[in-house]
Amino acid sequence: MTEALDILLPVLGATLRLATPLLLAALAGLFSERAGIVDVGLEGKMLVGAFAAAATAAVTGDVLPGVLAAVAASCLLGMVHAYGCITLRGSQVVSGMAINIIASGLTATLALAWFGMGGQTPALPAAARFLPLDLPGADALADVPVLGRIYASLIGGQTMLVYLALLLVPVSAFVLARTRFGLRLRAAGEHPAAVDTAGVSVARLRYAGVLIASVLCGIAGAYVATAQGAGFQRDMIAGRGYIALAAMILGGWRPGRILLTCLLFGLLDAVAIRLQGAVLPGIGAFPVQAIQALPYLLTVVLLAGFMGRAIPPRASGQPYVKER
Amino acid sequence: MKVLLATALSALISLGTARAAEITPAIVYDMGGKFDKSFNEGVHKGGQDFARSSGIAVREFEPQNDTQREQALRNFARRGQNPIIAVGFNQASAVKTVAAEFPQIRFVIIDSVVEGPNVESVLFREEQGSYLAGLIAALKSSTGKVGFIGGMDVPLIRRFACGYVQGAKAGNPKIEVLQNMTGSTPTAWNDPVRGAELARSQIERGADVIFHAAGATGNGVLQAAADAGKFGIGVDSNQNHLHPGSVLTSMVKQLDVATRTTLEAARDGSWKAGKQVLGLAEDGVGLAFDENNASVVTPEMRRRIDQAKVDIIAGRVAVHDYMSNNSCPN
Repeated sequence: MTEALDILLPVLGATLRLATPLLLAALAGLFSERAGIVDVGLEGKMLVGAFAAAATAAVTGDVLPGVLAAVAASCLLGMVHAYGCITLRGSQVVSGMAINIIASGLTATLALAWFGMGGQTPALPAAARFLPLDLPGADALADVPVLGRIYASLIGGQTMLVYLALLLVPVSAFVLARTRFGLRLRAAGEHPAAVDTAGVSVARLRYAGVLIASVLCGIAGAYVATAQGAGFQRDMIAGRGYIALAAMILGGWRPGRILLTCLLFGLLDAVAIRLQGAVLPGIGAFPVQAIQALPYLLTVVLLAGFMGRAIPPRASGQPYVKER
Repeated sequence: MKVLLATALSALISLGTARAAEITPAIVYDMGGKFDKSFNEGVHKGGQDFARSSGIAVREFEPQNDTQREQALRNFARRGQNPIIAVGFNQASAVKTVAAEFPQIRFVIIDSVVEGPNVESVLFREEQGSYLAGLIAALKSSTGKVGFIGGMDVPLIRRFACGYVQGAKAGNPKIEVLQNMTGSTPTAWNDPVRGAELARSQIERGADVIFHAAGATGNGVLQAAADAGKFGIGVDSNQNHLHPGSVLTSMVKQLDVATRTTLEAARDGSWKAGKQVLGLAEDGVGLAFDENNASVVTPEMRRRIDQAKVDIIAGRVAVHDYMSNNSCPN
């Protein structure tokens, strides 16, 4: 039993850590796309968030200003996207890709100009990072056979942002399904003309969706740079924004299913790390690359219609033009 | 008149020195970028050392993606930069192409072999340095488990891993070596978050000394080891200062010395094409000991390391090179 726990607990702990940035970014994509704005710029917004968080934390020596800066920087970039897509009615995918390219170049350039370390920020001291939290009573429960360890190292022992991300799932579900704002937001992504007829501004709703997405992306970026990592490095998001996009699609644009998909991707990653180099009977060396490609593969299979159907919000990707 | 003569004379003299030093060196880095605190930074430092001591500017380019390598090399060659140093095995095919197009320009490739009358290939015997890293890791480990984290899964990095395993076995025959590669694309050099996660997974399985050969990804490895109160081993450049007391040592490739030496040779006219292999005997690889790791390295470890070094140079200990037959005996 304890041996099983020895293997299982670290894997599950790693699953939570690895799933958190995906979850935050996928929820970001959810809000944006539910409002009718396709967001392939998750990666770029996370990247500026990561850079802003690491740079601010390095200068102030404190992690919270870093998160605020990350959110601000991500929102700034998000508003560029929103202005291009909503006000100017440009192509949302092109704008999103532009965001990614701008972010990649801008962060490396600014980091070089400000810190002179070739696109990195200084390594962060403990105070400027999110550290794992010890839950109250973990010591007292340590003697309880199985639960004590689960409580101390799986439920506890995570950084604050992990809890925040998990908390945001029911919050998002509630906002989208039960509040007036959420219903209007979804209507803007399904049938904007109806929203317009009801006398509600489609543009304002869509701006709000993109803004919420930007805030979440900023937090996701801050998590990567100041909780998982300890400083910014060029292109350090390394494709997590795209995986989050895949998670959102596989999750069918629903918070609960997105959570499950993100946890699945996190679990796959955690397992792949541990199985690397292991020799399986009959197969030989464990094919890690296959597992790393699985999120993309699953998404393609889903989009191709082989398992279930991916139904995006009906008006997502289409600029709204008022009829005369 | 006198003034004029003096001016003319000094102009002549400066012309003379300018001619003796008529090289316009350029460096094209690998994807990690010149400040990766590791491999590329070693070359950068060598270039800067040379620029400072000779007064000759060294031009540099950091490719942002794979396709830029060949363009960068060709651009430098077209502008008459000479010699041109290409950093990293990833540039081998680009150097091969461009060197053939510009036979009058001298090329240097680091970490790979390119045949050509105008190409110098600088190689390091990573397996020897990694052997020493494995030895010291095994001596330091109290759990009997040590880790290795590579960057991109390529034969060169396997050579590090293989040497490391042999050294660890020499230090403790019962040692268990956990091995991970970060990925199979060049982004594997630039993913510190994944590096940290790999290190954590190894620490959770009991490793207490982890050696990385993963470029900027390794910054995450060293960070995770330091956070957990374990030891990391740096690579390529001296990384002992990154987390003083938590970086056991660094497996240093003398990239700065190699870079400076080849530039000086080019300036002095003694530059030669062909293969140059730098191992322990040439002081091309080795472990870094300084004030940052003095407290964690015992004199006994130093003695064993020095002994192993002497044995390898004398040929009493043969370290198998993974790239000689693409396999590792262990």
